[in-house]
Amino acid sequence: MEILKIIGAVITLMGSVALLLGALGLVRMPDLYNRIQTGTKASTFGTMLTLFGLVFIFPGWTGKLIILILFVGISNPVSSHVLARNAYRAGVPLTGKTTVDRLAEDMEKKNVEPKNDAQ
Amino acid sequence: MVNTILTISVVLILLSVLLSLYRFIKGPNTADRVIAFDVMTIASIGLIALIAYFANRIVYLDVAVVYGLLSFIGVIVVAKFLEKSL
Repeated sequence: MEILKIIGAVITLMGSVALLLGALGLVRMPDLYNRIQTGTKASTFGTMLTLFGLVFIFPGWTGKLIILILFVGISNPVSSHVLARNAYRAGVPLTGKTTVDRLAEDMEKKNVEPKNDAQ
Repeated sequence: MVNTILTISVVLILLSVLLSLYRFIKGPNTADRVIAFDVMTIASIGLIALIAYFANRIVYLDVAVVYGLLSFIGVIVVAKFLEKSL
């Protein structure tokens, strides 16, 4: 059973490396929307892998860990989606390197005034 | 062996919490601070699970569930507040 524990520990290590890369992207990215993308995707993946590695180490904890994995996998994309949508509506500027903004085109087509004018 | 690898991963998660704390302090907008808070709390869930491993107590996983629920509700409340006020 020692080999299973080592496999679980390596999976946990991979998850924490993903968390570190996500936080690094949070520091390095130029824009709010890029930060939301890198930060949330990498941190969701990293936390799910970290919790999944513990399943191999303690097989008795599987139920609660599966509940936590499902909860993180559902709640974190929803909250980041709500945050990105409301930040765009509130007029947080895009970065200067943006070339295409489909949401602004759609809002013009429906005669909604886009508040965001950083092109 | 297992303890060594898990200690390394605790150090990496603490580093990621520190990096997102930098963005939390420096971030130019309110939304930047909210996304840094989100990443911090999601990383802390993994940290709490690893603390549960080192303390050998399953009760700490319940703490992680409640912590994640509070973080989710907090981010959604601040996002709705952003749309109405700014």
